[in-house]
Amino acid sequence: MTRLVRHLGHLVIDGVAKLGYAARLFSALLGASGTAFRRFRLVVAQVHFIGNFSLVIIIVSGLFVGFVLGLQGYNTLQRYGSEQALGLLVALSLVRELGPVITALLFAGRAGTSITAEIGLMKAGEQLSAMEMMAVSPVARVLAPRFWAGVIAMPMLAAMFSAVGVFGGYIVGVVLIGVDDGAFWSQMQNGVDWIEDVGNGVIKSLVFGVAVTFIAVFEGYDAMPTPEGVSHATTRTVVTSSLAVLALDFVLTALMFSGT
Amino acid sequence: MGGSGSGKTTVLRLLGGQVRPQAGKVVVDDKDVHALDQTGLYALRRRMGMLFQFGALFTDMSVFDNVAFPLREHTALPESVIRDLVLMKLHAVGLRGAHALMPAEISGGMARRVALARAIALDPQLIMYDEPFAGLDPISLGITANLIRRLNDALGAASIVVTHDVHESLAIVDYVYFLAEGRIVAHGTPDEIRASELPYVRQFISGSPEGPVRFHYQADDYASDLGLPS
Repeated sequence: MTRLVRHLGHLVIDGVAKLGYAARLFSALLGASGTAFRRFRLVVAQVHFIGNFSLVIIIVSGLFVGFVLGLQGYNTLQRYGSEQALGLLVALSLVRELGPVITALLFAGRAGTSITAEIGLMKAGEQLSAMEMMAVSPVARVLAPRFWAGVIAMPMLAAMFSAVGVFGGYIVGVVLIGVDDGAFWSQMQNGVDWIEDVGNGVIKSLVFGVAVTFIAVFEGYDAMPTPEGVSHATTRTVVTSSLAVLALDFVLTALMFSGT
Repeated sequence: MGGSGSGKTTVLRLLGGQVRPQAGKVVVDDKDVHALDQTGLYALRRRMGMLFQFGALFTDMSVFDNVAFPLREHTALPESVIRDLVLMKLHAVGLRGAHALMPAEISGGMARRVALARAIALDPQLIMYDEPFAGLDPISLGITANLIRRLNDALGAASIVVTHDVHESLAIVDYVYFLAEGRIVAHGTPDEIRASELPYVRQFISGSPEGPVRFHYQADDYASDLGLPS
């Protein structure tokens, strides 16, 4: 019994300490971002690296999610004779929810893990210590460019996911099943609001970008500098950031769409 | 100088401000290292060079970019000047021809020399070497030892070499401090150390298993641990 209590206490204290460390790193990261923006080349290189990495998986997933939305949406809508609204349904589902959320989950698995592993291995190889001894802050030189690259890349990837998804819905709905072409697009044009839907979707993907990339950067920086330490950190990146994305999505959706 | 776990590397990390002392203070160039803020500490570190045990080269950059890294970070020199400086530093460690290679393509001894070129890129006043001889073959070891001495004299710098390679290091250093269990147990010039009668120093120089440093880690009685009647 005492062991259980002690274990529980240990967990809580560790958790709080880690949270505090993360908060301090986050403020240090923001404070050190000036360098990253003054030497924007560093960020651009990382956007290229992170974005290119994730492009194939994002496009392929977007296409298939669009296919499935087209099929399921048609199935449900045609019962009420409103299959013309298929374009609207596909676009709203993607822009509001699936685009940002699935992109963030895939991004965590594809780019987040590689950021964590890279930073963790740099730490294990004493590269971060060496940088510090050269009077170069690893937070400014290594962490900040990767963080901002992730924040910039996420909305772009989410937009691409949604665009490809709409195209996938079009292929299944219009080309294969035969929903009216004009109705598909005009319903979408009339029904999707720029600020309410697209704007909120962009905000969501930005928030997810901050969450996923920060978790990836933090776990790498906090990793034990051993092979199993880096492997644990990579796992934690995926688990923590996936849960964070889903939880944040609920909160954001409640804030954004509950009134309408 | 001292055995494994005697606190040698910790001393270097204290000097560089990477770890905090539990008591006392560390003074480098009349400055209390741990009383400095980040700006002050970084200004001090710019005048230090540190060679890590396994080089700690940036694996995502070529040899050239590794050596150019401190120059690009801390100076606004044009790229043509940086190129000349980097090639001069690499020439000093004999690796000018390897500037286009990646760290994964060079041997451990070469990586150590590249790291040395990087550590001296900004002409530091204090160079710290953490086990520069560990894991080197006899030829690389001799080359590295001579290089450390030559560079020190050419730069007019002070060098601190942390090592347990007795003979190589006694040949190149001016003064020796012996550490054991976190304390200085002996110090003197190489000749004084060679002539020392202290049992710890004698054991270290002769490499004998008998002496004040025990082979066995502290343990219970052997027989009772195996469950035998004593």
